[in-house]
Order: sequence, then structure tokens, then C-alpha cells
Amino acid sequence: MKNIKCDCGHVNPEGTVLCESCGKPIEGNQHIDGNDNKRLLNMRYDGTARRSQTYNKSIVDKIWSFFSSVKVGVWLIVIALVASAVGTIFPQEQYIPIDAVSRDPAVYYQDAYGILGQIYYQLGFHNLFSSWWFLILIALIGVSLVICSLDRFVPLYKALKKQKPQRHHSFLSRQRLFSETEEVTEEEKQKVINSLKAQRYKINEENGHVLAEKGRFSRWGPYVNHIGLIIILLAALLRSTPLFYTNEYLWVREGEQKVIPGTKSEYFIENKGFILDLYDENDDRFKAALEKQGTMVPSNFQTNAIVYKQSEDVVTGAEAQLEKVTEDEIRMNHPLEFEGYKIYQSGYQLNEVNQMTFTIQEIENEDGEPLAEFTIDVTDPKAEYELDNGFKVEINEFFPDFYLDSTGPKTETQFPRNPTFIFKLYPPNSDESETSFVGDVISAAEALGINTEAVELNPMGEVLGQFATNLDATGENEYKISIQDMDFHRVSGLSIRKDHSLPFFGVGALIFMIGVVQGMYWQHRRVWIRPTEKGLMLAAHTNKNWFGIKKEIENSIENTNIKMVDDQQELDE
Amino acid sequence: MGNLISFSSTMLYTAFILYLIATFFFGFTIRDKHTSTSKGSKGVAAKIGISLTIAGFIAQLTYFITRWIASGHAPVSNLFEFMTFFGMTIVLAFIFIYFIYKLTVLGLFALPVALIIIAYASMFPTEVSPLVPSLQSHWLYIHVTTVSLGQGILAISFVTGVIYLIKHIDQSQLNWRNFSLEAVLYSLVLFIGFVVITTTFNTMDYSASFEYKNGSKTYTTEYNLPALAGPNEGILLTEGVMEPWFETPAWMHGADAGKKFNTLVWSFITGTIIYGLVLLILRKRIGAAIQPLLKNVKLDLLDEITYRAVAIGFPVFTLGGLIFAAIWAQEAWGRFWGWDPKEVWALITWFFYAAFLHLRLSRGWHGEKSAWLAVGGFAIIMFNLIAVNLILAGLHSYA
Repeated sequence: MKNIKCDCGHVNPEGTVLCESCGKPIEGNQHIDGNDNKRLLNMRYDGTARRSQTYNKSIVDKIWSFFSSVKVGVWLIVIALVASAVGTIFPQEQYIPIDAVSRDPAVYYQDAYGILGQIYYQLGFHNLFSSWWFLILIALIGVSLVICSLDRFVPLYKALKKQKPQRHHSFLSRQRLFSETEEVTEEEKQKVINSLKAQRYKINEENGHVLAEKGRFSRWGPYVNHIGLIIILLAALLRSTPLFYTNEYLWVREGEQKVIPGTKSEYFIENKGFILDLYDENDDRFKAALEKQGTMVPSNFQTNAIVYKQSEDVVTGAEAQLEKVTEDEIRMNHPLEFEGYKIYQSGYQLNEVNQMTFTIQEIENEDGEPLAEFTIDVTDPKAEYELDNGFKVEINEFFPDFYLDSTGPKTETQFPRNPTFIFKLYPPNSDESETSFVGDVISAAEALGINTEAVELNPMGEVLGQFATNLDATGENEYKISIQDMDFHRVSGLSIRKDHSLPFFGVGALIFMIGVVQGMYWQHRRVWIRPTEKGLMLAAHTNKNWFGIKKEIENSIENTNIKMVDDQQELDE
Repeated sequence: MGNLISFSSTMLYTAFILYLIATFFFGFTIRDKHTSTSKGSKGVAAKIGISLTIAGFIAQLTYFITRWIASGHAPVSNLFEFMTFFGMTIVLAFIFIYFIYKLTVLGLFALPVALIIIAYASMFPTEVSPLVPSLQSHWLYIHVTTVSLGQGILAISFVTGVIYLIKHIDQSQLNWRNFSLEAVLYSLVLFIGFVVITTTFNTMDYSASFEYKNGSKTYTTEYNLPALAGPNEGILLTEGVMEPWFETPAWMHGADAGKKFNTLVWSFITGTIIYGLVLLILRKRIGAAIQPLLKNVKLDLLDEITYRAVAIGFPVFTLGGLIFAAIWAQEAWGRFWGWDPKEVWALITWFFYAAFLHLRLSRGWHGEKSAWLAVGGFAIIMFNLIAVNLILAGLHSYA
């Protein structure tokens, strides 16, 4: 390292533009900050030796210089901005609407948005925010933040710490605010100092040279807010590990008790009841809006839940002992909390089928007494049912959540939301079976004009059964299987989250805000006084709000002979 | 209860009228040839202008509070309420900045922007609507009011930016700079076009129903403007009204896309006609016509206010639009960030103003460059307020 010794005796690191101690421009380095053909000195980083401006030989130097450039930083921001905008043109994969023709992205984008949608999908924009290139872009912004900050903060901090009141005359005369007064009395000088002191400047005097300074801490604002952002980015990194973040989803029926996923089977939840409240359409306040909307508007989704913990001293083989941990109402905006976990009301299913009862009749004699009756527990159907009168029913196919598309019958989920069966019916003493297709009650209900998402079907089980689909594929059946009754129940959809990364995000955001305020609403102001033979030189610098510092100088030289500083700003335009 | 609501609406109307009159008084202040400090008749006009503005603000605050009392929740829960509130925060930011800088010309431009926004808001359903469970939280008003305040302050930077550009840009012959500026002014006129055409057909009680398919479901929709663009594969149900001229393209898929697209087409047509008429009367570009009125305005002061507004608005927006938003999202859904379009556009806004500040503080983008950036930032804010709600589907599309 080639250190540079200034005339004042201070040894500066290589690449210094203005001596850290006395501010004298160091010969041969003036081009770095563009001072060589300007009258004024570039004071942005106090002429310190920034690594990025000093070394440019090795590959590390080049990378460092690249990322320390504000220009590069702004470009990265602009690219991230444009990419984010692109990501909102069509919905991201997780926001494909539930009622879409298909939620398979390969089908959905082309179907909904044509060729543009197809291109969008093929380029991977449907998952833009978790794509490797977007994450790299964000990481590059992070790298830029770190390098930009280190490159400037370290030398600036050292320089401001080492600065001496005694400054070279060329440093003063090349400040934007400068004046020289030929004759000044010691009394007048003292008056200025006192006045600056009264305006809360810190005075540092040495051999008649004066440095008055205030608000240096505001210089650190940008670095503080960048630290906040880096903490946020690191927190995002932590959050991608299961140690800090887990996210599980659970459907639990009324009255049911289930293991809470993601807790290593330690905790159980019981759904004591799910409540769906609707706004009263006769409520004076909302009558007009509700009428216009024409649909019912929910006012509350709520699960009354109890959380249990499995006792630690479980004897193997013995029945698990459950201890109640907490009992609460889980509502939107009111999650249940227990031991680091939070449970959120995230969904509901009003009309999940519990049991279905079927009857068998002769087609010839539809109004007669049923020949046999059987009940299927839809959540756990058996493969076959032996019935009275010698009938046997085999479940050939079962679609818990039936829908029909161009390729045939399918099931949307494994939850019994629209159970539909293909039965094989063996009449008494017969090896030949008949095939019947029975179910799809939801379509039947909707055909009757019932909104199955807002209306409870439970009391209508018997009626709906009559309208359910009942197909005889061959047209040769002798018997008909129809739905006699069905029993629905309500299911609550709960999200279980554990997120230990939140405090880091909170701290990051707080530090960011502090940094922004610190840097933006205070200014770093310095006034230098250098005695000359009989008079003095007066110069001042602020990182912003020049109007403010001029006013303070005006105040401090009031009633003295000292000349007001000239604003020597050079306009580039 | 009904009385309180109608009183509340009257107060909003009163506020609108007061802002309008105040604008004229601020107009008087720049007619005089001399300096823009408060002296003589000009000083009086400015005083009346700001007093009327404050009176209007109080009226609007009364609207806000009474509507809150009547509905039982903060009136920031649908597009009408939110946009109206945004208009109010612009006025608040204006009043605040007026008392720092005493710049009367600011009123002449800031109030019309607020007026246009309030008028625009009133074209959406104004009934008091019930609050769905996801919005039932104190964070609704903490988050929305802070975001809105931040955006209101940032809107002032747009206003000073536009004034700067009108004054600064050479209007002697058409070039891309004064053309772009004119495009900004033209887009403001489009909003007026929307208000005019909607009001016209609303008073005529125009209605035409359509039936159309979206995905597997069939919907009906009611047009309140004659259908130039019908819904894609829609069937006109109402008799004796105009048949659509063409269909909304199939790739527009948002809820009720046809109706919105039709409104957009109408707004463009009406706005363009109004703009054409203005050009005909002025016989020059709007920018060129306003420029001579700004003789006494100091460019560096405008530039200073632009920067100050961003310097104040940016942290407020960050707090409301990102931090409070994240806290609420965490409380409601258990995830503080979900890449929902509204969230993404808040992030885009934040990125943009972050770039603005870096360019200004670190790379010396002052003056005209800064003014253009302020205009661009406001365009992003408006996009987030309007287009994201109406076009891009998402959690916030409650309007």
C-alpha cells in the first residue's frame, strides 16, 4: 500500500483525494472525484480514499467497483421494478382463481389468456417471484447494498474522525460557501463562535483554527437504513428454512379432533363448531349495498377450537393423555396463539358429506317399498356392502369430489365435497352385476338455484337426493339405486404457522425507518474558520439544505465585520 | 341512521364546492404581474383561497367522521371511500406545504387534482357497504390512512413537478418533451371525460343488461353506459337499447371485464372530445397556454418542494404501504407478504421512489429530471389505485 504523506504531516491511505486531516487536495488524485477542472471541491465523501475508486487491477477490485456504483444499484432497482410489474400482468400461479376451468397452470394460462398467456407460462412468469433469476436479482441488490455502504462508510467514518480544525487554505477557498475578511478582531471571532455554539454547533478549536460541526450522525442515515434492508433480506433467507418457518394447512370437521401438522404430533386440535354469520339484509346501514350486490355477505368466519398437548410421560401402548393447552375462537384477523404457533381461519366448507343412505328399488315398480337400504360413511367407504334380501353392492369407482371434464369423470380433491359412486349391484343369487352411476348432488342443488357455497344443505339432504344424478349406463338395469338421505357437516380450514423470522423483519424495518429519518431530516453542517494575518477565512459545507446553513451563518456573523459567505455553486446545466 | 348518511354526503358535496371555489381564488393570485408574495389584492385572494380550502377540508373531515359513525367502520373500505379519502389527504398535504412555502400557484394545481380524484371516486357505488371478515381489523384504518397520507404527500411532488415542467419546457415548437408533458395533461382530461360521460348517462338512468360466460359460470351484468363494447360472447337482454358495436376481446378476463372496457372506451372518447374542444378554444397546447401564467414562479422553489414532498412522503408511504400492510397481512392471513398484485405495486412504488432519491442525492438529478420522475411516480401510484383494483385481480379488488 502506498500511503501518502500530506504537507501537514498526516499520512493518508492510497487513493485519498483530500487530506483526511487538513483537507488539502492531494496532487495526482484530483481526477478521482472530478476536482481537476472544477473550482469547487467535490465534498460528497469528503475526498476519502474509496476502495472502488482506488484499486482496479484484480478481478475482486473490478467486482467491488462494479457493485459500489450507485448507477449499478439504481439499474438493479429498475430491473427489479420492471420484473415485478411483469409478474402482475397475469395472476401468479397461487392466485389462479378457484372457479377457473383448470387450475393446472399448463392449461390455465393458455385457456384464459390465449397465446400471450402461453408465452407468459412458458417463460416461467407465472412463478416469477420464486424464480431463480428474480431471487438472484434481489441477492444482487443485497450485495450492492453491502458493498456500496462499506465502500463509502468506512473511509468517511475514519476521515470525519481524523479531521482537524486546521484546514488548508485551498480547502476552504474551494468550498461552495466561502468568504475572506481582511480585518477581524478577536472579539468578533469569539462572537461568531459563541453564536455558533448557541445554534448547537460543537466547537473544536486549535491554534486559532476553528471547526464548528453539527448533525454528523445524519451522515450515517443512509448506511443505517441499508443495514435495516440487509437485515430484512437475511430474515427472508432465514424464513426459507423450516427451523424458522413452517406453514401447514388442516381441514378439521366439526366435533373432530386432529393432530396439528408441523408440530411433530405433539399438539392436537378439536373443532367444537364452525360459525358462519351473514349480514342481515334488513340492516338499515347496508340495505342498499346488499340489494345492489344481490348476494349474501358474510360478517364472520369462526372456529371454536381447543388445542391439546400430548403428555410427555406417555407409556408405550397406553392411550395418549391429552392436556388442554388453550381454548379460543379463531376468526379472521384473530388467530389462535399457542407456544410459538398461530392458527388462522383460512377457509371453510359448509357442505361436506358425512354419510349417504341409498335405497334399491325395481325400476318397474319405482313407487313401491325399497328392496334394500344401505348407508355409506363417505369419509371411509367399504369396498362392498352385503344387504338384506341377498343384494350385494360393490363400489366400482368412487369420486369424493366429483366433476366431469372432456376426458370423463374426475375428482377434484380427496375431500367428500361432491361424492359420486359407480356401483356394481349383484341381485340375490346372481353373479351378473348391473352398473349404476349415482351422486353429483352439488350440481343438482345448483340446478335448483341453490348457492352451495353460502347455503347449508344439511336440512335438504332428503330432497336433494331425489334430484341427484342417477345414470343407467347400459339401459338394461332392472334395479335402481337412489339417494335416500344424506348428512352434511361443516369443515373448517385452518392454517398453522410458525414464524420465528418475524422479529428479524421487525428489527430490520425499524432500523430502516430510523436510518431514513436520521439521514433525511437532519443535516451534517460544518463551518471552518482559518485565521489569516489580520483577518480570517470562513467556509462552510452541508450535505443538504444550503438555505438553512446560510441562514445560520448569517445569524452568527450578525453585528460583526465578517463578510457573509458567497455561494460559489457552479451550475453544470 | 339514514339522516346521518345523507348529512355525510352533503358534507362531501360541500367540500367539493369549497375546493372548487378556492381553486378560482388561487387562480386570481397568479393573474397579477408582480411577485408571488402576499401583497395587496393578491394577498387577499390567497388568504380567501386557503381559508376556503381549510373550510372544505373540515367539511370533508366531517363527511369522513359522520360516515364512520353511521357505518360503524372507517370509510376506507371500497373504491369510492378510499379514493375520496385520497383526495382528502392530497388537500391536507397541500395545506401543510402551503404554510411552509406560501406558494399560491400550488393551490391552483393541487386542488384540481384532488377535485378530479373525488369526482372520479363518486362515479363508483357510494352505498355504505358491509365489511367482509378479512377487513374487520383496526389495521384497516391504520394501514389505509397512512398509505393514503403518504400518497397524498407524494401527489404534491407530482403537482410541483408538473408546474415545473409547464414553466420550464420550451413550447415554441413541438418536441418530445412538450409532447410528453401534453400527454400527462391529456390523461388528466381523460378523468374528466370519465366523470362527464358517467354523470350524463346516470342522470338519464341508462341501463342495459347482458348475459355472458366466464369460465364455467354464466353472469349477468348491467351497463350504465350504452354498450360500444359488449361482454365477450355476451347476449343483450334489455330491449330497445343500442346493440354493442363490438365485443370485448376474450383475453380481458377480470370480473366484469366487458363493462369496464366499455367505460374505458367511453372515457377515452369523451376525454378526447373535451381535450379537442379545449385545444380549439386555446389554439395551442394546454401546456403552452398555461406557461405564461407561471412567469412569477421560481423554478428552484418548485424543485425544492418536489424533493421535500418525496422526502416526507417516501417514509410515510413505506410505513403505511409496506410495514403496516405487512403487519396486517400477518395478522389476517399469517403471511406478511404474498406477492398479491397490490402488494407488488406498492413495492414497485417504493422501488421507484428509492431510485428517485438515489438519483437525486447521489447522482445529482435535479430540476427537470427530478420533475419527470415525480410525474412517473404519481403515474405508478394512480395505476396501483385504479388499474390494479379494476384490472388485475387480487385480494384488494374489493371495489
